Amino acid sequence: MDMLDIVRWQFGITTVYHFLFVPISIGLTAMVAGYETAWVRTRNPRWLRLTRFFGKLLLINFAIGVVTGIVQEFQFGMNWSDYSRFVGDVFGAPLAIEGLLAFFLESTFLGLWIFGWDRLPAKLHAATMWIVHLGTLFSAYFILAANSFMQNPVGFEYNPATGRAEMTDFAAVMFNKVQLVTFPHTVLAAYMTAAAFVVGVAFWSLRRAENDEDRSMYRSAVRTGAAVVLVTGLAVAVTGDLQGKIMTEVQPMKMAAAEALYDTEAPADFSVFTIGTPDGRTEKFAIKLPGVLSYLATGTTDGEVRGINDLREEYVATYGTDPGAAYYSEGDYTPVIPVTYWSFRLMIGLGLLAAAVAAWVLMATRKGRTPGGRLLTWSVLALPLMPLLANSFGWIFTEMGRQPWAVFGLMTTAQATSPSVSATEAMISLITLTLVYAVLAVVELKLLFTYIHRGADPIRTDDLPPEQPDGDVDRPLAFAY
Amino acid sequence: MELTTVWFSLIAVLWIGYFVLEGFDFGVGMLLPVLAKDDTERRVLINTIGPVWDGNEVWLLVAGGATFAAFPEWYATLFSGFYLPLLLILVALIVRGLAFEYRAKRDDARWRARWDAAIIIGSFVPALLWGVAFANILRGVPIDADLEYVGGFFNLLNPYALLGGLTTLSLFLTHGAVFISLKTDGRIRHQARELAARVGVVAAVITVVFLGWTQISTGSIASAVAFTAAALALVGGLVAILGGREGWAFLGTFVAIGLGVAGLFLALFPDVMPSTLSDGVGLTTTNAAATAYTLKIMTVVAVIFTPLVLAYQAWTYWVFRRRISVDHIPAQPPTPATSAR
Repeated sequence: MDMLDIVRWQFGITTVYHFLFVPISIGLTAMVAGYETAWVRTRNPRWLRLTRFFGKLLLINFAIGVVTGIVQEFQFGMNWSDYSRFVGDVFGAPLAIEGLLAFFLESTFLGLWIFGWDRLPAKLHAATMWIVHLGTLFSAYFILAANSFMQNPVGFEYNPATGRAEMTDFAAVMFNKVQLVTFPHTVLAAYMTAAAFVVGVAFWSLRRAENDEDRSMYRSAVRTGAAVVLVTGLAVAVTGDLQGKIMTEVQPMKMAAAEALYDTEAPADFSVFTIGTPDGRTEKFAIKLPGVLSYLATGTTDGEVRGINDLREEYVATYGTDPGAAYYSEGDYTPVIPVTYWSFRLMIGLGLLAAAVAAWVLMATRKGRTPGGRLLTWSVLALPLMPLLANSFGWIFTEMGRQPWAVFGLMTTAQATSPSVSATEAMISLITLTLVYAVLAVVELKLLFTYIHRGADPIRTDDLPPEQPDGDVDRPLAFAY
Repeated sequence: MELTTVWFSLIAVLWIGYFVLEGFDFGVGMLLPVLAKDDTERRVLINTIGPVWDGNEVWLLVAGGATFAAFPEWYATLFSGFYLPLLLILVALIVRGLAFEYRAKRDDARWRARWDAAIIIGSFVPALLWGVAFANILRGVPIDADLEYVGGFFNLLNPYALLGGLTTLSLFLTHGAVFISLKTDGRIRHQARELAARVGVVAAVITVVFLGWTQISTGSIASAVAFTAAALALVGGLVAILGGREGWAFLGTFVAIGLGVAGLFLALFPDVMPSTLSDGVGLTTTNAAATAYTLKIMTVVAVIFTPLVLAYQAWTYWVFRRRISVDHIPAQPPTPATSAR
């Protein structure tokens, strides 16, 4: 592998890994804040138990999101220094603002939430979790604005004297039309992911519950969670559809690559499943939905969708011969088609499947029933994985579909790396970080399963958090590491 | 003042914030095996920084992000140039951060011992390497005409840089010991006080030599003033800790580290990363900077939000202001570690 391969693998591994934890953190902060608000309002211990139970799971998850996030920020400078030089004037600003607005908020208020049970009035304590959630939303907004610039660069001017992209309109960068659909799509998917996690965990606990009180508590978590999965699932589909149309407008090659559509078609079909040659150029068997690709791309069932061959000619005419063509071996300006084709389908398919399972759970748990069928049980236990993997495939699609560009139309990925970093150094980094991630994944899963297995702790009456702190400095800490 | 100077100053402020805050939590982490005799005492130490260490670390992330936005060329050259030391720091910060959160999650002595090691090493490595990195920036490194670092890894390990590493290491140990004396009670508090005085003397000697060396090679009048004030604050802190005045001692080490870092930035200005090559091009606040437009936007954001951040971080320290002793540590929650295996 050369330097470019190594740093691309590192970026892919770090980003996909980081984004396993991020959506759960975004969504679960809202769910835990919701449970705690319900507790403060009703003083029904059920909500406090759910707050503490899912709060613990949230913290186990949040910690890895935080520490892998440090790598995310540093790797631009470390592995992609030419990229950083080229777009730093535009791309650096949202990253810096993310730190100032979001990271401080998240870290400080999470500390207050974890340790503040007996130090803060109950309402304020619940508010700290809402503030953490707000921090995660700020974080998502600014980092997605930065990413949207890579998909659809706006609000800048190329300065030939410095060879850099220079920001001319900050508002245009912040309200990039790609950003305006990507942010709701991503955040809704995060809610969906966290809610699916809640449903899976609560369903498992429901099946093992030993008394009516526990059963009723877990059932409410299952049903509220499933409702969130279903509603957000539909909203993710709608925003994803809007995103597809904007993508077709600004990155038509990505839409063509999503379908492996080599020749322009009107109307264009969407294939659910294709068996073809490994390079994706010749199809042997396919299940097709007529006109659906046209609808996804243009909003009408007979709209024209441009194919890879046409687009390639156009790109060569606009940008010259692709400097990365030899590297990608796919031909000029063409992403790796099997990757884009399958990641696009898996994203959509797993998302729809999760919504369907959620609907089934809602049906099956009506009127206090606790369903016990094998298929349903396994489907619900697999439910948390569906949106989680759909997120990963979504990112793999959107990032691989942009290739060979790092910044669409401006800089290719091959031009973006660090000239001063050797392949050996990059390999040391790749191996080290991958090993660390692997070990942490095992540790994290073991801890999660341990705490899920343990279930929500029962409430002791002497263990209720006070509505007002009494300022007793001699009492043991309500929580300690 | 020019915007580039404003942003050079703001980045200096972010690094100052990072070192004065995470400096003591690195110190606490490194002192875990020294000051704690058993698990409860280790938990006392960890819980002095439990609610705040993560917020302290964000100063680093914002310093990094601000450098990216305000001086993209500096960010690019520095982060790609100091590649392997930064990787070490990243791994250290990863395992350290998780250790705080995961350590108490299982009632298992071996599990805790491993995370303790992660805290100790994860605090030691950055405490040493940040000093090495900053000293190298001040000393100058081989940067070619394309603004690329061409020095390799071992070029970074020179006597001046290693002295810089020992400076941050010893200062953070002292700062951490003083913080522990301020935040704990009982045996640990007294031992921390004694230790702070002893380590503090060593730190003072190393710091004065390092700052003196820096002043002679790259100093200005402004840096001389900052360095002198830093040394005085450190000595004042030591006198205070000997007299049992923990609050004043903490103010002393806090100000000493802050002014020391300020002095380093003053000695660096207007360079941000000078080159040692005769045909190379060093980075300055001018040739490394973002455009005036970006700096203006960033300035507006910083002016609005920095005071807010300072206010709520200060509030957190107020909420968790009380001293912690072994009596405050709740029993380890009965974790299901044994039953789940």
